[in-house]
Amino acid sequence: MTPLRVSIAASAASLLLLLIVFELIRSRRLRERYALLWLLTGFVLLALSLWRDGLNTIAGWLGAGYPPAVLFAVGTLFILAVLLHYSTVISKLSDQNVILAQRLALLEARLTQGGDAVRRQSG
Amino acid sequence: MPELAEHAPRTIDRRLTALRRVAIVPARDEAEAIAGVVREIRAFDPGLEIVVIDDGSVDRTAALAAEAGAVVVRHPFNLGIGGAVQTGFRYALEQGFDLAVRLDGDGQHDPRELPVLLEPLLAGEADIVVGSRFAGGDGDYRPRLARRMGIRFFARIVSLLVRQRVTDTTSGFQAVNRLGISLFADDYPHDYPEVEATVMVVRHRLRLAEVPVRMRERNTGRSSITALRSVYYIVKVLLAIFVGLFRRTVVPLEERHR
Repeated sequence: MTPLRVSIAASAASLLLLLIVFELIRSRRLRERYALLWLLTGFVLLALSLWRDGLNTIAGWLGAGYPPAVLFAVGTLFILAVLLHYSTVISKLSDQNVILAQRLALLEARLTQGGDAVRRQSG
Repeated sequence: MPELAEHAPRTIDRRLTALRRVAIVPARDEAEAIAGVVREIRAFDPGLEIVVIDDGSVDRTAALAAEAGAVVVRHPFNLGIGGAVQTGFRYALEQGFDLAVRLDGDGQHDPRELPVLLEPLLAGEADIVVGSRFAGGDGDYRPRLARRMGIRFFARIVSLLVRQRVTDTTSGFQAVNRLGISLFADDYPHDYPEVEATVMVVRHRLRLAEVPVRMRERNTGRSSITALRSVYYIVKVLLAIFVGLFRRTVVPLEERHR
């Protein structure tokens, strides 16, 4: 059986996560697109923390003797998913950064007559 | 139902020619349609500058648009429809245009409907006018059931929030005055922008009007909304609208720009 204090602490932590994510979106420091996985994480953890019978049942299915371990496992899985998602986002950003730098360099070369900028930078 | 395409006046409205005006046309891989779109807009009003935002096309969209006589702004990579449209509004603001219309690059918006779209702006009754496929009860446009339900769902929510009847929250056929241009140049939503933008303009106390228009079936390209993406679309837009309600709107635009 999940200790009551674990349920309370886990619920509080999930709520805090949800509140922080909400505030970050509101103040435009986090785009909705990147907030969705965090919100899902928060809601699933909150649900598992509040729904204590459910957590016990799932722990039973998985053969986990200590139900709160399921909370850890689910939390860890979601963090992995978020990290993997960010890896793809960073890859895309660095590809785009290369394209931007190239376009900027070519534009600069074209603006400076006779390619002054190009010579100055290599010299 | 106001007079439509075939009856559009041949001479352009005097109130329109007095204004510096621009057509913003976002396009991605629309090589088949773009030249026709540019030519049609020019035929409606030769004094309307046309700026095509090429949002990372891999085909000849940019070249064909330029050949047809449009100003072409090319994104170095795909920014999505929201980014493309905002580039257009930034261009309009920088170049000091008084009025901007937005038409999609696939040809689904018929420039002959522009007089209907522009009327509330020219009469000074609205700051942003949206061409709606549903406002007139005209049965031409029959999207698939799921899409129709989605459109209706968002129309309900948006109508409630803006306390005004809105029937088409996915229409990109729009016209805005200087207030609208400066608001959208400052801040425009990202992935699926129209629903959020509708709520945004009203919260900034701009006057929104909807007019019935006919739209054509898309003849090229695909809709940006596929079945798989619609769940993401619905959740993301609902989240954005919900969080947006808790945002303080910045200084009313009238004070900044008038």
